[in-house]
Amino acid sequence: MGFFINLFTRLTMPTAVSATTGTTRASSRSDAESETGSFKVLMRIVRMALDYPGLLAIGLVFIIGASLFQLFIPLLIGDGVATVEEAFTSPNPDTDTLQRTLLFTALALLGSAVLRGIFTFGHMYISENVAQRLGYRLRMLYYEKLQRLSFAYHDRVHTGDLLTRGLLDIEGIRAFASRGLLRVVYLAIFVGTGTFLMMRVDWELALISLSFVPIAGWRAIVARLQTSRGWRLYQEEMGRLTKVMDENLKGIRVVRSFSAEPYEMEKYDKSSNEAFTRAFHLVSVRSKNLSIITLAFLGVMSIVLLVGGLKVLDENDPFSLGHLAQFLAFMSIMQNPVRQLGMVVAGWAQGATSGKRLFEVLDQIPEIDDKPGAKDLVLTDGALRFEHVDFAYMDEYGDEQVLTDVSFEARPGHTIGIVGPPGSGKSTLAHLIPRFYDPIAGRILIDDQDISDVTLSSLRRTVGVVEQDTFLFTTTIDNNVAYGDPWAEHRNIESATSHAQMSEYVERLPSGYGTLIGERGVSLSGGQRQRLSIARSIMLHPQVIVFDDSTAAIDAATEQRIRAALQEVTADRATIIISHRLSSLMHANEILFLEGGKIVERGSHAELLELGGKYRDLYELQIRPDDDVDVGGGI
Amino acid sequence: MATTDATQGSPADEQSSRPQWVDQRNANQEDLDQQIFSAGYNGDVVRRFLGFVSPYRNVLIIGVIAVIIFALSVLALPWIIRTTVNDVLDITQRSGDDARNILYVMVGLFFGAVVLHVIVGYIQNIIVGRIAEHILIDLRRAMYEHLQRVSMSFMDKTEVGRMMSRLQGDVAALQEFLETAVVSIGDFLLLFGIVIAMLIMDWRLAVLTFAVVSTLAIARAVWLPIARRAFLYSRQTASITSGALAENINGVRVVQGMSREHVNLDLFKEKADEQLWASKRAARIGLIMIAMVDTLSGTAMAIIIVVGGSWVIGNSLEIGSMLAFILYVQLFFDPIRSITMHYAVFQRAMASGERIFEVLDVPIDIQDKDDAKPLVDNDGSVEFKNVTFGYLEDKPILKDINFRVEPGETIALVGPTGSGKTSITSLLHRFYDIWEGEILIGGKDVRDVELSTLGNNIGMVLQEPYLFSSTVFENIRYNKFDATREEVVAAARAVGAHEFIMRLPNGYDTELEQRGGNLSLGQRQLISFARAIVADTKILILDEATASIDSYTELLIQQALARLLEGRTGIVIAHRLATIRGADRIIVLQNGEIIETGNHDELIAHGGLYARLYSMNYASFDDIPDELIAEAMEYSRTAAT
Repeated sequence: MGFFINLFTRLTMPTAVSATTGTTRASSRSDAESETGSFKVLMRIVRMALDYPGLLAIGLVFIIGASLFQLFIPLLIGDGVATVEEAFTSPNPDTDTLQRTLLFTALALLGSAVLRGIFTFGHMYISENVAQRLGYRLRMLYYEKLQRLSFAYHDRVHTGDLLTRGLLDIEGIRAFASRGLLRVVYLAIFVGTGTFLMMRVDWELALISLSFVPIAGWRAIVARLQTSRGWRLYQEEMGRLTKVMDENLKGIRVVRSFSAEPYEMEKYDKSSNEAFTRAFHLVSVRSKNLSIITLAFLGVMSIVLLVGGLKVLDENDPFSLGHLAQFLAFMSIMQNPVRQLGMVVAGWAQGATSGKRLFEVLDQIPEIDDKPGAKDLVLTDGALRFEHVDFAYMDEYGDEQVLTDVSFEARPGHTIGIVGPPGSGKSTLAHLIPRFYDPIAGRILIDDQDISDVTLSSLRRTVGVVEQDTFLFTTTIDNNVAYGDPWAEHRNIESATSHAQMSEYVERLPSGYGTLIGERGVSLSGGQRQRLSIARSIMLHPQVIVFDDSTAAIDAATEQRIRAALQEVTADRATIIISHRLSSLMHANEILFLEGGKIVERGSHAELLELGGKYRDLYELQIRPDDDVDVGGGI
Repeated sequence: MATTDATQGSPADEQSSRPQWVDQRNANQEDLDQQIFSAGYNGDVVRRFLGFVSPYRNVLIIGVIAVIIFALSVLALPWIIRTTVNDVLDITQRSGDDARNILYVMVGLFFGAVVLHVIVGYIQNIIVGRIAEHILIDLRRAMYEHLQRVSMSFMDKTEVGRMMSRLQGDVAALQEFLETAVVSIGDFLLLFGIVIAMLIMDWRLAVLTFAVVSTLAIARAVWLPIARRAFLYSRQTASITSGALAENINGVRVVQGMSREHVNLDLFKEKADEQLWASKRAARIGLIMIAMVDTLSGTAMAIIIVVGGSWVIGNSLEIGSMLAFILYVQLFFDPIRSITMHYAVFQRAMASGERIFEVLDVPIDIQDKDDAKPLVDNDGSVEFKNVTFGYLEDKPILKDINFRVEPGETIALVGPTGSGKTSITSLLHRFYDIWEGEILIGGKDVRDVELSTLGNNIGMVLQEPYLFSSTVFENIRYNKFDATREEVVAAARAVGAHEFIMRLPNGYDTELEQRGGNLSLGQRQLISFARAIVADTKILILDEATASIDSYTELLIQQALARLLEGRTGIVIAHRLATIRGADRIIVLQNGEIIETGNHDELIAHGGLYARLYSMNYASFDDIPDELIAEAMEYSRTAAT
């Protein structure tokens, strides 16, 4: 076992595969570490598989049956030849008896073949069954975990990476369970029993015929590991080529307007040639190893033929032609399982890397979760208060403070406007309210309850954030609007949509609210998407509602209509509007001007204009394009 | 084309840089496919395909020879064993040293055949693999290169995803076919050879064996479609769960924000359950074949033993032949399996080949004339003379357009969506050919100059900045390989992009994510400005962004715009009042006609559509709701008459 683990860790290391025998001493320590790491991962998968003891036990019975009946076949072939041979060797052969013996042998052979087929089917199906169940379980666990991991985690980890783990790595573990678990037991039993049976007949010839096993097995493993790595590299290269082509075609206007076709072809050729080299490398690795395996197998067979032939000719040796036939048949039956060794070991390597990557995610603990014994938020009137809140994103890019000493209060029925240059912390502030992140200092209270003390679900039902980047799901319009409340009545969906000034458009669509959104449905403009996202949020009647620059793509007139419509709905609620368009928030009860994470100016629109500070500068810039400023420059 | 289409939004927030009708493509993609690929194509796919094979003819011949020798060597091995057994080991022949010597010779022969088998096998694999790869690369390259030259109107109508599936999926289907095609010749030969060998040894036993083996062929023919359907279904269910997982990852913030975790988990479980069921079923159906092959090969061997054996005893069959039969039977099954599989691969490859050649057959409408000259000595003037143009027959987008832009002048094109602004800029680059009239650049007709030199004279900044996934430096330099780092930095400084670029993790060497995903819209815009400065063309076409950008970046962009247009002839599709007012001249378009032209003050004095729109006091023309635009247009029309 240890040998194989060592073997595949060395083979799957990024360093030279061909130089496996002479790897440097320096790396042996980290080798050893990753070796035990891989082993632990595999054992963890094995432990999960052991949750199906019944299936595994049946699988084991099938394996033993399949091995035995498989091995009976060469024996019976040998018997058949021996029986026939007897007709010539014995002085006065009893033809009838021999015929009867032959018939028995043939029937036994047929029976063995059928049983071998059934048992092989059985154990392979059970392997697959266990593997699929394992995959299923991991898939559910993974999905569940991803939903619970907090924003900070999702910020850090690329979605593409999470998707690869969820698809390819679960598949890798499944493949390991299907090909690497029971199959090992099968191979061990099969090769072991086969060796024993052959040794009994003639140990010399048995040793000779089995001598191809280590060579073929070794090369099969090397080939498989090299090709699976080569394949990965090839896929990467193809991915790059795809990107080159995809970007070229999507940006064809840029390409043509710069007359950059030759440059683009050059880029393409470079990538394409690289892919070719990789593909060809794969072909040669495969061909080379295949040739070695075949040579070992057939070369050994020649020797068996020679030595066996001599033994048959030797009058003193009881070794008969039937025995020779037995050996030849043994060898050909042994050949396939030995070649499968490559698959098995590659399965382990894959299982270890995939397992490691997947468990990394499954073992994550959500940074933001309910405190033990957290109670639901008790709403009285829905007042939101920030008390000296500090915040920093703690990640690999450092811990630069994003918000410093932010305090304000949003009373029911009041509107707070937040404005400031890009990167001033406006969105971050919005994200603290539903506890997408936790502040590093200070408190956020709703109706005098610290939001970190209440359950997440009750908090998030109370607070609605309409995000800057609208994400809609590829489903119908009504399903999108009712996303947070899937059992909502249709008239509620309609009224929310109409508040967001979207109902007129939706009702004009042929399938109305049942229209699909996305690739296979209608493509909505940015403004329409934002309007749907507003509808989705107000569906839930949140007590505190935050618009995080969520009207940027909506024209000013429509935005005014939305605000007017929302007025009645939000009359008794606290509203926070974050926008860089001053017309969106100048009617707020209080406007906070954020800069560098600090509130540098605060007050009503009139007060801030009076103040003549940064807010006023911004106002001048936006509302009244100054006739004297030559924005056109040298034109 | 249908005019009442579901995909059309209210023009107020529907912004399309492409002609309007293109957006209706979802409505009837099938019809469009017919239109794109001229319908009556009769596919002599194989003949054309051979055209791609012919460069590798000589190597291919060696490959085919190798395949033939390979098949023969496979056949030879059991045959040698048979002869050995018959001549040497058969009891009747046994006579000491003589037999030993023959044995040595036979084993020598066997080993020789083995060595030949291995060598030829290696050659066959390498050659076939290599040729297959080469042909694929040639095909893909031919398609890709062709797509670089086909007309823009084709590219407008085509979804990139569909083209990519031809470049990738269809080429891969051919790859599968090519790799197996030559080998399947070997399989046929092998099957044929086994049949012959068996018939030579003993026709009676051969017929009996064939009876059993042919059952397998029939069983496979029945099983294959069922199995394929089962596997297809399991793959479909897998891709549905993958889709659900992907969407949940992408939308995880919404999911958490709305506390929908439990609902989603239940929905996901349904899909995962279905996948589990389907893949277990597919495994069952797939594995049944193993049991089938085992049973049949066992039956064949049993028959050989009982029937062949008694014939041997009765002296009507040699014992070596009986052994050879057993060995040959085992060789039978592999070729049968691969041949039945090849048939499906072949069918798929034919369909793919057809689709590939369809792309190669798309005509190249816009090409250099034979006597086309490079565009040099361009003074930077642009002139449209009586230009009429449209994308669809009988539907002109531009009608008899006349205007001239002097070197160094900046004009702003203004008008409602669909008035023909984008078309004017596309025509300058000769993305399309006009129906009537002339377009002159530096006094030369665009149709008389080499297309490849237009890019050095006319720069273009698109409404949606398009960046490639490479470094910032390479994005700014883009096609101008000889641009130095200093030039790139200077360009970035000129447009005010230098500061934020330096703040990126690796400055100018920062790798941009797909289409600049790690930059804000405003930043991407500035980089595309810098790219235009490095390209340093006499004429610059600029499609101003409409998307709302925060006021700070907006100011930066306005300043950069001024730097960009310095010393160049500028044609700006303008949306912002500030830009429009800064232009030397404004051309107001409506329904493909120029209805007003003049500078800001003149147009205000004129009191037409422009004056009406301006008086509505919006900071950007795009903020004006479509009702008001319609009203203004109506008003100016009645005022004109």
